[in-house]
Amino acid sequence: MKVLPVGEDALLVEVSSGDEAQALHAELLRRRAEGSLSAREIVPAARTVLLDGLDSPARLAAELTAAQLPPAPPRARAVVEIPVRYDGPDLADVAAHWGVAEREVARLHSRTEFRVAFCGFAPGFGYLTGLPPRYDVPRRATPRTAVPAGSVALAGPYTGVYPRSSPGGWQLIGTTAAVLWDHARVPAALLSPGTRVRFVPVEQVGHS
Amino acid sequence: MTDRALAVVRAGALTTVQDLGRPGHAHLGVPRSGALDRPAADLVNRLAGNPPAAAVLETTLNGCAVRPRSTVTVAVAGAPCRVTVDGRPVAWGAPVRVPAGALLDVGPAVSGLRSYVGVSGGIAVEPVLGSRSTDLLSGLGPPPLTDGTVLPLGRPAGAHARVDVAPQPAPPAELVLRVTLGPRDGWFTPEALRTFVSRPYRVSPASNRIGLRTEGPALERARAGELPSEGMVLGAVQVPPDGRPVVFLADHPTTGGYPVIAVVRAADLAAAAQAVAGTPVRFVAVRRR
Repeated sequence: MKVLPVGEDALLVEVSSGDEAQALHAELLRRRAEGSLSAREIVPAARTVLLDGLDSPARLAAELTAAQLPPAPPRARAVVEIPVRYDGPDLADVAAHWGVAEREVARLHSRTEFRVAFCGFAPGFGYLTGLPPRYDVPRRATPRTAVPAGSVALAGPYTGVYPRSSPGGWQLIGTTAAVLWDHARVPAALLSPGTRVRFVPVEQVGHS
Repeated sequence: MTDRALAVVRAGALTTVQDLGRPGHAHLGVPRSGALDRPAADLVNRLAGNPPAAAVLETTLNGCAVRPRSTVTVAVAGAPCRVTVDGRPVAWGAPVRVPAGALLDVGPAVSGLRSYVGVSGGIAVEPVLGSRSTDLLSGLGPPPLTDGTVLPLGRPAGAHARVDVAPQPAPPAELVLRVTLGPRDGWFTPEALRTFVSRPYRVSPASNRIGLRTEGPALERARAGELPSEGMVLGAVQVPPDGRPVVFLADHPTTGGYPVIAVVRAADLAAAAQAVAGTPVRFVAVRRR
C-alpha cells in the first residue's frame, strides 16, 4: 500500500488490485462510521481510494503506511437485479472478441455476479467488475456521440449502464429500463460502490 | 406563484444558480459544483443579508438582467461591471434596494469574467442532494438561465450589511497559481516538471466551469501507458495527452484517467475563476504546509 499526498488536505492510497481497493474502501468507510476517521469524501477507483477533506493528512498518511489493513469481509448486501434485453448494436463485435456466439454473450454476462468497484463519469454510473479477465474488451475505435440512456455496455474489465444519454466509447450489448439515477429518490443512485449486481435477461417484447 | 420571485429578462451568455455546492457525493460520480469565485459569492450574500449557504446568480462575461416581483435588496460583486436599476447607475459591491417591478441590469464585466448577484432571501429553486447549484458537467440542479425564466426567492433572513462599498481583489492581470506537486508528478520527465513551474502559460478560451485550460509548452511524460481511473480533487492539475495542463474547477469529474502533476491551493482558485482567455498563468511550486 502506497500513500500519496494530494494537495493540502487529501491523500491517494494506492493498492495493487481492484479487489484490494474495494476492501480498503470498505475498511475506510467502517472507520469513518465508527468515528475514527474524518474525511469529507472517500472515493474508490480502479486501484486507489482518494480521501479528501482531511484534518491532518500527514498523520493519517503515516498511520496508513504503518497499518496492515485487514481484508474487509464482504458486506451482506442484497443483490440489485437489473433486467436487460441483450440487443445492443455491438453484441456481434463482443461475441467475436470473446470467440463465442451472440447468444452465449448474454448467457455468460447474465450468469455473472458483478460488484460496483467505483462510480464516476456521470452521477449513477458504476464500474462493475466480475467478468473473468479473458472477457476484457477494448473501447470502440470511434466513440458514439450519443449513447442512449439505459445502454448496458462493456469496456476493459468493466460493465456499466449509462444513466442518461451521453457520448461514449463502450461496447453496447443491451438495454435496460432500470432507472440508474433519480435525484427525487432516496438513494438517488441505484448503484453505489460495493453494490452486488445481477443482470436478468428479459424476453424480447414486440417484434424488434 | 408568490411575488417572491425574479423574472429573468436577459439571461446573458451563461448565468447559473450557485451556492456552496454538493460535496460528499463524489463516490457516486457527483461533482462538488458551487460558486467558482467563492469569496465573491460569500460577499454578495453578506451584503444582501443572507446566510452563506444562500444561492446566488453567477454570470459569465456579459452579466444578466432580472426583474424582481417584490422589493428586494441585491448586491453585485466578483467581476466589476456597471449595475443599473431602471437605467439609473447604482453601486457595485454594496447593498442596493430594487423596488418591485424595477429592472436590475448587471452589465458586461469591465475586467474579469464572472459577476455574482446576491438577492435578499436567496434563489430558492428546489435543491438536489442538498444544493441548488447548477452542475454543467452532470446536469444536476437548475438548467442555466434562459430569458423568461422565473426564479423563486426565499424569505429574507436578516438585515442587509451597512457598508458603502466592500473592498475586493481586482481580477488578475497575471494568474499566479501556487501548487504542491503530486500525486502523479512521477509520470513526467524532470524537464517537464521544470517547464511546468518555470515557463509561462496562458488561459485558453476553451476554459469553463469544469476546468481552466491552458496554452503553452507541452509537458512530456516519463512513462507511457494508461493510468487507471482515480479520484480527483478540486484544483487538481491534470495533463491530458496533448501535454497542456488543465486546472479542475468546481464542476470537475470525480474520477479521471490522466495523471495529475500537481494540485493548486484552494485559496488561489477564486482568481482562476476571474481570469479571462489570454491571461498569463504561472504555476509556482510551494511546499506542503
